[in-house]
Amino acid sequence: MTDKIFRINMTDLTTGIEDVPAAWAGHGGRGLTSTVVAAEVEPTCHPLGPKNKLVFAPGLLSGTLAANSGRISVGAKSPLTGTIKEANAGGSGAQFLARCGCKALIIEGQPRNDRWYSLTVTPEGVVINEENEMIGKGNYEVVETVTARLPGKPGIITIGPAGEMRMAAANISVKDPDGGLRSCGRGGLGAVMGSKKIKFIAIDPGDGKVDIADQAKFRDANRAFAKALVDHPVSKALGQYGTNVLVNIINEAGALPTRNFTSGQFDGHDRISGETMHDTIVARGGKPKHNCHPGCVIQCSQIYNDADGKKLTSGFEYESIWAMGADCCIDNLDHIAEADRIMDDIGIDSIETPVAFAVAMEAGVLPFGDGPGVCRILREDVAKGTALGRIIGGGAGAVGRAFGVTRVPTVKNQAIPAYDPRAIKGIGITYATSTQGADHTMGYTIATNILGVGGKIDPLTKEGQVELSRNLQIATAAIDSTGMCLFIAFAALDDQTCLPALIDLINARFGTSLVGDDVVNLGKSILKTERAFNIAAGFTSVDDRLPEFFYTEPLPPHNVVFDFSGEEIDTFWNF
Amino acid sequence: MQVTVKLFAFFRDGRFKEEGREYPAGTVVGDVVDELGIGRDEVGVVMINSLQRSLESPIGDGDVVAIFPVIGGG
Repeated sequence: MTDKIFRINMTDLTTGIEDVPAAWAGHGGRGLTSTVVAAEVEPTCHPLGPKNKLVFAPGLLSGTLAANSGRISVGAKSPLTGTIKEANAGGSGAQFLARCGCKALIIEGQPRNDRWYSLTVTPEGVVINEENEMIGKGNYEVVETVTARLPGKPGIITIGPAGEMRMAAANISVKDPDGGLRSCGRGGLGAVMGSKKIKFIAIDPGDGKVDIADQAKFRDANRAFAKALVDHPVSKALGQYGTNVLVNIINEAGALPTRNFTSGQFDGHDRISGETMHDTIVARGGKPKHNCHPGCVIQCSQIYNDADGKKLTSGFEYESIWAMGADCCIDNLDHIAEADRIMDDIGIDSIETPVAFAVAMEAGVLPFGDGPGVCRILREDVAKGTALGRIIGGGAGAVGRAFGVTRVPTVKNQAIPAYDPRAIKGIGITYATSTQGADHTMGYTIATNILGVGGKIDPLTKEGQVELSRNLQIATAAIDSTGMCLFIAFAALDDQTCLPALIDLINARFGTSLVGDDVVNLGKSILKTERAFNIAAGFTSVDDRLPEFFYTEPLPPHNVVFDFSGEEIDTFWNF
Repeated sequence: MQVTVKLFAFFRDGRFKEEGREYPAGTVVGDVVDELGIGRDEVGVVMINSLQRSLESPIGDGDVVAIFPVIGGG
């Protein structure tokens, strides 16, 4: 099946299928969403107006049998940061879209009335339907109802009430094979989908399959690639403990942001750790291992049950647990899991939202450690869109502005995630320079600063951090284009067979002859495309800085500050 | 000398989470790893008093030694 561009105009409610322009042919995932947004969206437009476009793109290898290739990218101008944005997630959306022959789904315009719609995507194209029943409903009900309503087992991409209300922290959820949710979490892209008045997208590929130029070469490359992933010891720990294995090590390193970023260690760390979570899951008959998309060989997801053995949440990630846990001082994993489920159902970012709660706690809206209070406010205020709920749903920056708090951990108005940049300096460079606001996944220096993967660079010194962040951000932009889960990076950094096998997979899929340098150049060009959009939107190097308190408030236990000058940070872009 | 040893992830299986232990002067982290029956090639990260250290690093009285397998996430 030849890949096409599926275009939907929500102003006049028309759809069309277009050939892929030559300039876009080598792109997929993030590379494609950023290329389309940069080419077609006015950088100064209002993110929630008709001029913004929402672009979905499976990765270059999505829809094939390549291991771990099920990530879907979503891009637009972000209502949270004002920058270009890409967020990606697992689930079955990428694989199903690719099998429809859809290289990118571009949603533009905006209805002139108050009606809501859904989209149905098949290999024949896109159909727009008016939607009434699901409006105002949570993501879990949408997934259940739409699955029952439509034939087969469609892929589903949906927004919750937060997206409908166009909250700046609203996410986009993707159904996984078991009816769980994976989130394109960051940057408020759910609000953009809500501004287009699209509640959900159902995807039915039927018998559609992805073309492979050289089947034998593809099979061999996939065998080598999957072996590199399975053999890497990080994969073992991820399968057993999930990403939450990080709570204890980041705490031990003195870099676990606690009590709204006032300490690097949390007294309750062991109660919310991956080790405790694993034992709790096993004792309650849950699943420590679970894959978010078919073909994942790492299986870092899990099913977390409540005390009665009933499923509470899945895809229970380190960053969400850190944010609700250490940052809000909640040391009860069940309260955190309940909040996680509510956030998934409302469709709101589980990093931005708890960081916003921690700022609200500092402001005295509720006490630190109040797990039931967080769940109550999520249900009664955020889900219902009260004034308080909309402030929290606007993200950490919105809470800080509303309540006059100065300790607000954001870069480009996006909440800083689970690693304090004072005690892990490399990640501070990533937060500052990322084209998309503070985001650990853009250049995960934790691998080398803390975990000893891809070498070792002392987290507390400045030497080598800019170069480390630069190399990782370039590599990540390329990986985010393949549809691969970022967790292949651990094997790619340590195992010399991994990256060549990945390049072989791409070449076998498309009949190309790319080499390693091509992949590096792809990563560089994506970063430069994204940065050019941001500059045209009005951003300057002065925006590539951390909030003031990171430079002035020493973080215990190491009592360190972030001490890179602006000039030093700006050398990041020397490539 | 008295040393607090912390173990993480599957290193805890059949061992302990945190224990005060006695070691002779001149002990290095690798000696502790060997004594606990952990393969040196299984060790991903060691910290002494929250600072990144190696298997060759010497341990002092009152130190907190944390030993992790190769782990990742994010």
